[in-house]
Amino acid sequence: MEEFKITTDSSVAIYEGLKKAGINFIVSVPCVNLKKLLNLIDDDPEIKHVPVTIEAEGFGICAGAYMGGKNVAILMQNSGLGNSVNALTSLFELYKFPILMIISQRGSPGESIVGQVPMGKATTKVLDAINIRYYMPKTPSESLELVYKGWNLSKTSLEPFALLFEIRYW
Amino acid sequence: MKRADAIKQITYAITDELVICNIGLPSKELYNIKDRNSNFYMLGSMSLATPIAFGLALALEETKKVIAIDGDGSMMMNLGELITIYAQDPKNLIIVLIDNGCYGSTGSQVTYATQVNLGKVAESIGFKEVHILEYTKEDDNLNLKELFNKTGPIFIQIKVKPGNMNVPVIDLSPSEIKNRFIKSIKK
Repeated sequence: MEEFKITTDSSVAIYEGLKKAGINFIVSVPCVNLKKLLNLIDDDPEIKHVPVTIEAEGFGICAGAYMGGKNVAILMQNSGLGNSVNALTSLFELYKFPILMIISQRGSPGESIVGQVPMGKATTKVLDAINIRYYMPKTPSESLELVYKGWNLSKTSLEPFALLFEIRYW
Repeated sequence: MKRADAIKQITYAITDELVICNIGLPSKELYNIKDRNSNFYMLGSMSLATPIAFGLALALEETKKVIAIDGDGSMMMNLGELITIYAQDPKNLIIVLIDNGCYGSTGSQVTYATQVNLGKVAESIGFKEVHILEYTKEDDNLNLKELFNKTGPIFIQIKVKPGNMNVPVIDLSPSEIKNRFIKSIKK
């Protein structure tokens, strides 16, 4: 098995993890902390990137793309989790669809916008309530590995897997 | 013409297209009228029929046509999807909006689609192929076959009267629906 590349850049590490995992279909609603990662994805002709108007729409699109043979991920802010609970339960849990969720965890230590705090506090509780496994990578090398392993776990278990990237990660 | 009459005409016009069907009565009616492995019946997540069909259409990259059977209430829950679809321009996607002007699966409460014409909304977004079909008789021929052969994305609005068929629940599990659907794509 190919060794993981050593990188120190927080966004490049996630991108390399996505490539290693074979992710080739991504939907997104942006976050300032995802800016560099979104640019990397846009520059990659092997990845179909579809910006969406709201996260739930993105989950629907990914369910369809998965049935069409794609390896799917969503890039979003944790605020979007609240917009997506029914899609994650009544579509993803019900039919057993995989998806890798790359989530910018706002409202975490270092947050400067008060409006991000309530959803920041709720995020892991919401994920727990709907039985979605998640992990918070602390370093680029850890995130590279977990993006790769996270998608494989998602694909094998046929359920979503979330990675939360706190402000201090970037 | 009611929703079930429109669904019948969709089934007559279909050849090998993949169909994603909206939650509730639309899926039950389609299942009862003509079940096939290439039908994906939604049992939850109102508003996502068209996004699922769109994602599938993108993934299949024009090797196969995908039809979304959606409703006015569901479409209004996520109108942004039409903007995403217009911008992405999938040539193999056909959206069939069966517009009965009400939430037909929950007691036929009137929707705002009785005041706002969703076909006109699609036109204003920029969709080139918008077809607004308004017929009154049960057996009016909608000529859907001809419309399905156009280059997508195609937006077909069929205006119908409220009213449901008396049909049982779908006796397939969600995983059965998904697995046989995926298998039918790979054929």
